[in-house]
Amino acid sequence: MSKKKVVVGMSGGVDSSVCAYLLKEQGYDVIGVTMQIWQEDSPAYCEREGGCCGLSAVEDARRVAATIDIPYYVMNFRREFQENVIDYFVDEYLHARTPNPCIACNRYVKWESLLERSLQIGADYIATGHYARVEKLSNGRYAIRNSVTAKKDQTYALYNLTQEQLSKTLMPVGDYEKDQIRKIAEEAGLPVAHKKDSQDICFVSDGDYAAFVEREAGSVPGPGNFVTTDGIVVGQHKGITHYTIGQRKGLNISLGYPVFVVAIRPETNEVVLGNDKDVFTDHLIADRVNFMADSEFDPQKTYLGKIRYSHSGTPCHVKMLEKDKILVEFEEPVRAVTPGQALVLYSGDYVAGGGTIIQ
Amino acid sequence: MIYLDNAATTKPKKEVIDVMMPFLTEQYGNPSAIYSFSAQNKTAIQKARKQVAELINAKENSIYFTSGGTEADNWALIKTAEAYEEKGRHIITTKIEHHAILHTCDYLEKRGFEITYLGVDNDGRISLEELKQAIRKDTILISVMFANNEVGTIQPIEQIGEIASEHGIVFHTDAVQAFGHVPIDVEAMHIDLLSASGHKIYGPKGVGCLYINNSLKISSLIHGGGQERARRAGTENVPGIVGFGHAAMLAKETLKERMEKETRLRDFFIKELFNRISDIKLNGCKENRLPNNINVSFPYVEGESMLIMLDMQEICASSGSACTAGSIDPSHVLVAMGLSSDEARESVRFTISDETTEEELRATVDAVETIVSRLRSMSPYYDN
Repeated sequence: MSKKKVVVGMSGGVDSSVCAYLLKEQGYDVIGVTMQIWQEDSPAYCEREGGCCGLSAVEDARRVAATIDIPYYVMNFRREFQENVIDYFVDEYLHARTPNPCIACNRYVKWESLLERSLQIGADYIATGHYARVEKLSNGRYAIRNSVTAKKDQTYALYNLTQEQLSKTLMPVGDYEKDQIRKIAEEAGLPVAHKKDSQDICFVSDGDYAAFVEREAGSVPGPGNFVTTDGIVVGQHKGITHYTIGQRKGLNISLGYPVFVVAIRPETNEVVLGNDKDVFTDHLIADRVNFMADSEFDPQKTYLGKIRYSHSGTPCHVKMLEKDKILVEFEEPVRAVTPGQALVLYSGDYVAGGGTIIQ
Repeated sequence: MIYLDNAATTKPKKEVIDVMMPFLTEQYGNPSAIYSFSAQNKTAIQKARKQVAELINAKENSIYFTSGGTEADNWALIKTAEAYEEKGRHIITTKIEHHAILHTCDYLEKRGFEITYLGVDNDGRISLEELKQAIRKDTILISVMFANNEVGTIQPIEQIGEIASEHGIVFHTDAVQAFGHVPIDVEAMHIDLLSASGHKIYGPKGVGCLYINNSLKISSLIHGGGQERARRAGTENVPGIVGFGHAAMLAKETLKERMEKETRLRDFFIKELFNRISDIKLNGCKENRLPNNINVSFPYVEGESMLIMLDMQEICASSGSACTAGSIDPSHVLVAMGLSSDEARESVRFTISDETTEEELRATVDAVETIVSRLRSMSPYYDN
């Protein structure tokens, strides 16, 4: 029988490098691919930034591929990334929602476009260096399972993958601790063993999302009023794209008590401020639901709900409101439920499913 | 391996390497030195200059060796712009130039020059009427590539040269793809500046030249020592220049037979592709085309996927303009010729050499046929 062929998405980092190495050791026919998604490569940009930002990643990935002796290609996904990630990211901010571009990138760029192109060139699977595991459950469904490295867990950003996508996915890194991954890289002589982990949103290098949104969109809503929960105007804000729910820093408002953003109203261009309590709520509504370990949500069952990547999770119950909409009731109030972010439901170690928070 | 990417670079001829070797080993002297040890390096450069000049009917002292085509393009544009800026700041070029021209034009635009980019027809040819209309009182330079690197379309260079000369405008042509592949006569074609490269004609990389008509007064791009008659500083790349000269000489000797052979193979390959694969489209011009270029769009087939699958069978082809990273963007040339961004992504370029065989081309057509039918069968949009 011929070896199974797998395309490994290689970012040039240690995790995806070890992913490729592990699969090769396991006997797969491995092809390394770096997805070119960055947009800025005009000579002016490169002059300013001292070189094309994506190139060092490609050079690292290429070196790793040469070290473990696998074929390696760079595939162009600029258009897919622009349409599915950047345009979405900007549009969400303009609508006063806080997007999660990594989830969109996973769902549409990695597991749609990369998978499609990988199957085209004859692969049976794609693989990534995510800290997560893919398992087939006794009910016949595929699900993402928590990584053994709890603090690196990346399951939250993977809740939206379809059954078809999961059936063609390998994530060998999820079986290891981060320290072990570095050790494997070192022992295998991979040139990226000591490379720093990447942080934050890859396409906004300076962390200034509002400036990025303004550059991309051309124009953004201008300054408007800060109002309190009972409607009193207490100051001027810089424009709604500068704020997110639960934000405390950078408001430059003093009301004699700590104030937080509790709501953003694009229709009136208002940012609503409140106290710490106002930021908490015990329920939310989500739509665009994806089912993973469970083919439907059991209203009797207690799930663990996460409302953002860094949230450790709160026990909750789920009711279907209509076909593609759920009501989630938490056992205790959660802080800063943010429209646009994902609600991810866990059942034990497994991702049961999730949706996009709308209110 | 079947190598069909000769527009990207060619395999150096053994003869070329042989004449270079002494200058990489025993004859290492600096040509500028006073002692006789270096004398033969000086004469070797002179010989190469003559060999290059003869290929394009130029005077020997109008050839200036550079690090390649890109440097020659930069030099021609930037220094012509500076030399004539008192007369005007308007430059005419085309939308389908190589990035060595386009990005240099960006640079000049930022420094206050105005650039008109001529469009092209479906064949990739500019319109002489449009060129005439674009000419203004302050036009100082026309730069039109001799032949395009992606689709092989050859421009009406002689007529462009006539128009430029009638108006007293400097005419530059980026001839990197045409030099040594089709006849060029800088006198008859009224060419004032011409860029060429060594590695596209079975010579070494890292060497090329700018032909500068002796009546032009353009200054140096690279400053330093007095090499190249004080117009291009830096110790001469003697082995490269010698190899380039020899490759140019061989190109001149074999031009006619290579053109005949490559044209025959090119047409055979195109015919086979069209016989075997349905719904495909030849990009570029049927008549005015480089003998070595085949560029085809395969609807419902991602060009990048096809190239990877060809590579897995050790067939080297290319598509669009590869970026430094090695991935592929939709070609600005194909888009300028009226193809949609999808059609541009579905295109693949095959460029043959004088050593390509019919057998290799048959094997390539077999591979392409299999890949196209596989990729089309997987495409949700392809309706058989």
